[in-house]
Amino acid sequence: MYFGRVVGCVWSTVKNSNLEGQRMLVIQPLTPELANTGQRLICTDCTGAGAGELIYWVRGREASYALLPKEPATDTTVVAIVDSVHLKSAAALDPPPAPAPAPPTRGRKPSRKG
Amino acid sequence: MLIGRVIGELVATYKHPSHEGRKILLVQPLNLDGTNRGVAVVALDAVDAGVGDQVLVATEGFAACTSVGRYLQPIDMAVIGFIDHIELLPGVS
Repeated sequence: MYFGRVVGCVWSTVKNSNLEGQRMLVIQPLTPELANTGQRLICTDCTGAGAGELIYWVRGREASYALLPKEPATDTTVVAIVDSVHLKSAAALDPPPAPAPAPPTRGRKPSRKG
Repeated sequence: MLIGRVIGELVATYKHPSHEGRKILLVQPLNLDGTNRGVAVVALDAVDAGVGDQVLVATEGFAACTSVGRYLQPIDMAVIGFIDHIELLPGVS
């Protein structure tokens, strides 16, 4: 599945009969940071997603399984409306190595009196 | 299949019924040297993976559906394993 945003819709009057009544949306693929990436594409829709909503879509033959029992001629279908993205930053995933513990000090301990 | 790293999770209230009850993970595909490869993808979780894990991602429908246990459903990517270690022959990078 791929992450994106609905940026428009497509109207088509003459189309494969299995596609009758299907919504078709224009999707802008996004990075997890919500920046645009790649080219826009058309997806059928099984969720009722509206303009500007974050979604993710399925690609390939499985796209038509979302619209069973009709199985229309589609290769991309929106299957969910995303409410929120919980992202962990690269810095948090790759923390710098912990500093080595200080070697034990020799000699007298520092006075507690300061 | 892809090597990837789980970088986050999505929350989706309204989704296809076949996606309910599974975590929806954001996975960044990786090259063998650990650098990013393309844009992050969305995959259902079949092995209880979490953020930061290095994982194996099935990127084809049949494998993804069956690993999640939902045959003939609109699922085309699933996290199907953890990667502990990758060993390469000398000279391969």
